[in-house]
Amino acid sequence: MQQETQKPAVSMGALGRERQNLDLSKEPVAIEVPGLNLFYGQKQALFDVKLNIPKQRVTAFIGPSGCGKSTLLRSFNRMNDLVDGCRIEGEIRLDGQNIFAKGTEVAELRRRVGMVFQKPNPFPKSIYENVVYGLRIQGINKKRTLDEAVEWALKGAALWDEVKDRLHESALGLSGGQQQRLVIARTIAVQPEVLLLDEPSSALDPISSLKIEELIYELKSRYTIVIVTHNMQQAARVSDYTAFMYLGKLIEYGDTDTVFTNPAKKQTEDYITGRYG
Amino acid sequence: MTLSAGRGPWIWIGKQAVKQGSLKQWFKSGAPGIWMSGGAVAIAVIMTLGLISVIAVRGLAHFWPADVIEARYAVPGEAPRTIMGEVVQAEEVPLERLKGAGLPVPEDGPKFMTRELIKLGNRELNGSDFAWVVGDWLQDQKKPTDVIALERREWGNFYGYLINVKEDGKIVAEGEAAIPTLRERLDRISELADQIGQLEKVDIGGINYGLERLRLRERGLELDNALDATAQADLAAERSELEARYRTFEDQLVSLRQDFDRDSLTLRDATGRETEVRLANVVHAYQPNAMSTLQKLGFYFAKLWEFLSTDPREANTEGGVFPAIFGTVMMTLIMAVIVTPFGVIAAIYLREYAKQGPLTRLIRIAVNNLAGVPAIVYGVFGLGFFVYVLGGSIDQLFFRESLPSPTFGTPGLLWASLTLAILAVPVVIVATEEGLARIPRSVREGSLALGATKAETLWKVVLPMASPAMMTGLILAVARAAGEVAPLMLVGVVKLAPTLPVNLNYPYLHLDQKIMHLGFHIFDVGFQSPNVEAARPLVYATALLLVLIIAGLNLSAVAIRNRLREKYKALDS
Repeated sequence: MQQETQKPAVSMGALGRERQNLDLSKEPVAIEVPGLNLFYGQKQALFDVKLNIPKQRVTAFIGPSGCGKSTLLRSFNRMNDLVDGCRIEGEIRLDGQNIFAKGTEVAELRRRVGMVFQKPNPFPKSIYENVVYGLRIQGINKKRTLDEAVEWALKGAALWDEVKDRLHESALGLSGGQQQRLVIARTIAVQPEVLLLDEPSSALDPISSLKIEELIYELKSRYTIVIVTHNMQQAARVSDYTAFMYLGKLIEYGDTDTVFTNPAKKQTEDYITGRYG
Repeated sequence: MTLSAGRGPWIWIGKQAVKQGSLKQWFKSGAPGIWMSGGAVAIAVIMTLGLISVIAVRGLAHFWPADVIEARYAVPGEAPRTIMGEVVQAEEVPLERLKGAGLPVPEDGPKFMTRELIKLGNRELNGSDFAWVVGDWLQDQKKPTDVIALERREWGNFYGYLINVKEDGKIVAEGEAAIPTLRERLDRISELADQIGQLEKVDIGGINYGLERLRLRERGLELDNALDATAQADLAAERSELEARYRTFEDQLVSLRQDFDRDSLTLRDATGRETEVRLANVVHAYQPNAMSTLQKLGFYFAKLWEFLSTDPREANTEGGVFPAIFGTVMMTLIMAVIVTPFGVIAAIYLREYAKQGPLTRLIRIAVNNLAGVPAIVYGVFGLGFFVYVLGGSIDQLFFRESLPSPTFGTPGLLWASLTLAILAVPVVIVATEEGLARIPRSVREGSLALGATKAETLWKVVLPMASPAMMTGLILAVARAAGEVAPLMLVGVVKLAPTLPVNLNYPYLHLDQKIMHLGFHIFDVGFQSPNVEAARPLVYATALLLVLIIAGLNLSAVAIRNRLREKYKALDS
């Protein structure tokens, strides 16, 4: 369609899908970051990051290691609170409310903003107990409710058919890919609004990785998804919007088609085409 | 380390060329390290096995009914005398030592002579039960089948020949018929002894306990100025009822005692002296020389069981060690119940909540050092703080009626367990902290990311996953505490505790009571006993038992830990 004026940085084949015509400015906003600075002790990790995460879309954060993309992601559910000496200046607004405001229930925030980590981290409990963990935390103990939630969440994470006969066996007996999907099921079981995925398939084999990607595609109709990835192809395949970060700064942010095929900044193009990173 | 054979006599180890077959190469290959560590392990294993087999052999052999020998003992230059007894031990000793002991050994004799320790028994006749004799001077050794050995409640064993059995001073059986009669009547005696024991310990003991409680109640009412006429009448009624019951029991006891004392035996010892023994005094009567191996085995296991299941007799040198086993296990269990929550909570605070800084580090160093404080120091602390301060205050607050005699203000089970608990708590803290530190961060984050608070994460995920480490701490604590003796002597363990800390009298578990302990029993029997030779095998047997009990406690804890580990095997990979 738009291959006329400039030579694309990445060919359409590398994008791996049809082009979508998206416009960031017209999307409803889920998370608004009007300007965020983050420090680990004396060292500044994020420099005045400004971006809006659109609702029910997949937004990918890409960039070389140490560029601050995971740090930014972990700010959305205040996971950075656990890091000693971490200081934040600025705001992050979830549905218009500053999540750093005094009196914010961090536990409630984290229920609304679920997170899946790089390495699968199921609890050493049964598959069933893993999925209902968040519900039990909320005080839901009615067996029927839990049973339904387990089935719904596991189906949502495309794992139900593989584990429905062994729900009460240990989750640690599952393969890495299954474990990661279980973690996703566990996360969606509490019905979050936003799903943060921190390199969810980097520890998995290609087939499991592909399954996770398909799952992300399925899930985006219901959740706002933010994914951090090192894998360019993956970012191109699954995401609607892409943010490129470098050395703690947001360099470029826009719809994935444009960022990958027609980046505005030289740094973005260099990174995407593999010239550094 | 990469190791590839090069050309010629040189070999490449890493980047260095080393001459093949040289000492340097041998050191570089790491072989000496393997040999050294292997050797150290082998030495440790051999020493442990050696120790256990020594105490096992010496302790377990004690219960075997050895043959009784009769012989003429002719010391040169003295008139020969007949002796009878069990050979306990024999050793080769150089002539000089015998000479040094004042024995008239021949100058031109062999360089070494055997010396035998013989258990003569018959303490009331001989003055002592054991004698060292020179084996070469024993003549005409024989093992007469009609020798009878009596195990008695007083005066130790008796070896001799049975002449007759008497009832109320009149002879009822003589010669051949005496043995079966003795057997019959001995069964009756042991039955009566059981009845008397039951009556004294349970029935009359219970009444005494009830009377004491009544007295305390009266005193308590008096202290509260509530001892009015109705209360007094109530108390008097209850007391008279108890006393009436006591009188019936007492009558029963008197008649039982008379029955018990009815029979007696006439026996002849090796030298021909006749003596009379009350049958009531006899526990076992057997003819070791006439027994078959199978019979001896049966007797052996009966004795072994008796050792495990009965109370000690004769200043702990005879009978069993059941109260000591019970006390040891009870104390260790109570210690475990106290130390686990205490240590775990402390470790959780130190690792999870406390701000990691110089102060926390200081506390951690202090905790680690506590594990190295000599145990007796804990004993002194336990006596000073727990017994006198805490126990004294408890008595003031809750047991005023029994003052001035202390209830908790005196050494007892609770204080012994508490002292052991503070002695072992550093071990639990260190082990639990290490366990907590090993829980992967990712699992904690997974829980927090689902909306769990820190406390919920701890309780639902982290603690279950750290439970094997807590069990490890508990195992180490039990191992440390169960073998400890020195502090216990100050805070509640005694030579002889007449009643168990658990019995049928309310409140069933008596934490204020003094207890017996196997470790202290070893010390007492081995080093405080008036009859060293008789007690020595019991030291070995008790030591073996203590080792087995600690091993048993440990193994069960290890089994639990392994199950937990299997269940919570973390995502280490």
